[in-house]
Amino acid sequence: MTVWEAARLALRGLRANKLRSGLTTLGIIIGVAAVIVLVALGNGIQSGFTESFGSLATQITVNANQEGTNGAPRDLTDADVAALDDPVDAPDVVSATPIAGGPVTVQLPGGSRFRTSVTGTTAGYLDVTDRDLVVGRMFDATEERGKAKVAVLAPGPVEDLFAGDAGAALGSEVRIGRTAFRVIGVVAATGQDDVVITPLGTARSFLLGGGDAVSTVVVVARSPEAVPAALAQVTAILDDRQSVDDPAERDYTATAQQSLLDQVNQTLSFLTLFTVAVAAISLIVGGIGVANIMLVTVTERTREIGIRKAIGARRRAILQQFLLESTILAGFGGLVGILLGVGLSTAAAIALPQAIPDFPPPVVDVNSVLISFGISLLIGLVAGGYPANRAARLRPIEALRFQ
Amino acid sequence: MIELDAVTKVYQAGKVAVRALDTVDLTIDEGDLVAIMGPSGSGKSTMMNILGCLDVPTTGHYRLGGTDVVGMRENALADLRNRRIGFVFQSFNLIPRTSAARNVELPLVYAGVGRRERRDRAREALARVGLDGRGTSMPNELSGGQQQRVAIARALVTRPAMILADEPTGNLDTTSTREVMELLVELNDAGRTVVLITHEDEVAEFARRVVRLRDGRVVSDARQEALRR
Ligand SMILES: Nc1ncnc2c1ncn2[C@@H]1O[C@H](COP(=O)(O)OP(=O)(O)OP(=O)(O)O)[C@@H](O)[C@H]1O
Ligand SMILES: [Mg+2]
Repeated sequence: MTVWEAARLALRGLRANKLRSGLTTLGIIIGVAAVIVLVALGNGIQSGFTESFGSLATQITVNANQEGTNGAPRDLTDADVAALDDPVDAPDVVSATPIAGGPVTVQLPGGSRFRTSVTGTTAGYLDVTDRDLVVGRMFDATEERGKAKVAVLAPGPVEDLFAGDAGAALGSEVRIGRTAFRVIGVVAATGQDDVVITPLGTARSFLLGGGDAVSTVVVVARSPEAVPAALAQVTAILDDRQSVDDPAERDYTATAQQSLLDQVNQTLSFLTLFTVAVAAISLIVGGIGVANIMLVTVTERTREIGIRKAIGARRRAILQQFLLESTILAGFGGLVGILLGVGLSTAAAIALPQAIPDFPPPVVDVNSVLISFGISLLIGLVAGGYPANRAARLRPIEALRFQ
Repeated sequence: MIELDAVTKVYQAGKVAVRALDTVDLTIDEGDLVAIMGPSGSGKSTMMNILGCLDVPTTGHYRLGGTDVVGMRENALADLRNRRIGFVFQSFNLIPRTSAARNVELPLVYAGVGRRERRDRAREALARVGLDGRGTSMPNELSGGQQQRVAIARALVTRPAMILADEPTGNLDTTSTREVMELLVELNDAGRTVVLITHEDEVAEFARRVVRLRDGRVVSDARQEALRR
């Protein structure tokens, strides 16, 4: 007898007990769907996180310390920034973007004042930090060189001055400190939202006072893998410039944002793993259900097995039939579970972000689909194995005598 | 030619050993119609199980068409049952929730016969037992007599040399009994060996030979003019 024939017999056996077959597969269906949906949710959160903070993976921030190791701290300066942006000494550094910052006040002409802070920087700042514009544009290199009095606002000042209306802010005149600026753009919220962004020279000339001091340098490495090398190059260059032999003598702190990112990502992975483990338990429970039903089936159909043997079924034919019954049962459950899981994830990807703003849409992981289907087939084989073997070993006369 | 040679079957029921068959010698010619009779517990079913290769003797030999069945492997026995023997049971033993045609086809499935041929032969066999057109009926939609005829169709679909029937009319009324016996006689006339167990004299009257058992031994063995043909 061919496997094909055995499958036919198995299908017929399952169809003869429709309700029971359906209920049995339910456990597998729910288990598989749960695994797929939970993995998709975890995936979505993780990729949402990577999207929001992915630029951190290549970022190194260098901050000037507030307190010196030896009296007043040495400032970071434009010269330091230029040194960091050196393709020979720092081959793994793509760019070094200076930020000069400090507290300022903002107001509309004749309106009340609000405290905020200024970020004086270069035209590439938004790209480097991966901030998106809601409306308008960033200042360009010409405006930067010409110390143009233009500003890009973050949501905080927009809230204070324009009741959150970015469209109204665009093109308006605002006073920062005592100087009038034109708003040329508004950036999206990221968490660092109480800030106005202006060209570096503008900030120094009109808001912070002169000098070439820089409070922060944002260094971008060639790739996430190149971050350790870039970090080493950055510290080597700065140590050299500050004549530091011992890291304890540094007046700056260089931090790879990657490690933070990695930590959060790892925590997210663990959380996903735990939820998937819970889902996997329901898959196992479903498997036990299949095993249970197959055992009952074999007992209940002992007489049938006797008849089959009497009319010439070999042991193998019986084994195949019952093994295939359980595998088809579990495999079918797996397929329906996949449809349900993928369907739910897709529906959630559409519905959730609408219901909860900023909710990262679930992303179905092909591996989770393949693995959970594989596991359900395996469950079918394992859960069916023992009962099928028992059925195959039954002696025909004893099976026939069974009531 | 079917030969039982000093066949003994001992069942171990707890501590007591039951001698269900005790050194039975019996030869059945091809094409014969033999009735095996005897009181309850005399060993009739045991003999039928051995003749049908469902069970093996404790001692002795059973030769079917010249080959000794004792010592054969399980698969060989299964094949032997499939090709050479057709069974008819007292309780019909159709597979539930499976159509008459599928039941009749089943031995052919295990014999590895192709689908189309299977379907044709099943239809043919059902027609032969007077059930043409009932192939799609489920067992529980058929009367006892009809179920037994489906079972006979299943027994003859592989064209076996021997048909074994253990009280085939035990659960049937007079009319159905007659129909079933006429079918068995017809098969016998077509050259098949038929061995049937019964304790009804009216059924035994169809046989050419009557073997009587008591306590596992053959106590009488007589040829008779088939009375009811
Ligand atoms: N599996 C078994 N285990 C133990 N004893 C058995 C077994 N099968 C049959 N026997 C015993 O063997 C003897 C013969 O049994 P068998 O079934 O062959 O009788 P029978 O002639 O068919 O009777 P009946 O007319 O009631 O069907 C009986 O004493 C029975 O109890
Ligand atoms: Mg009996």
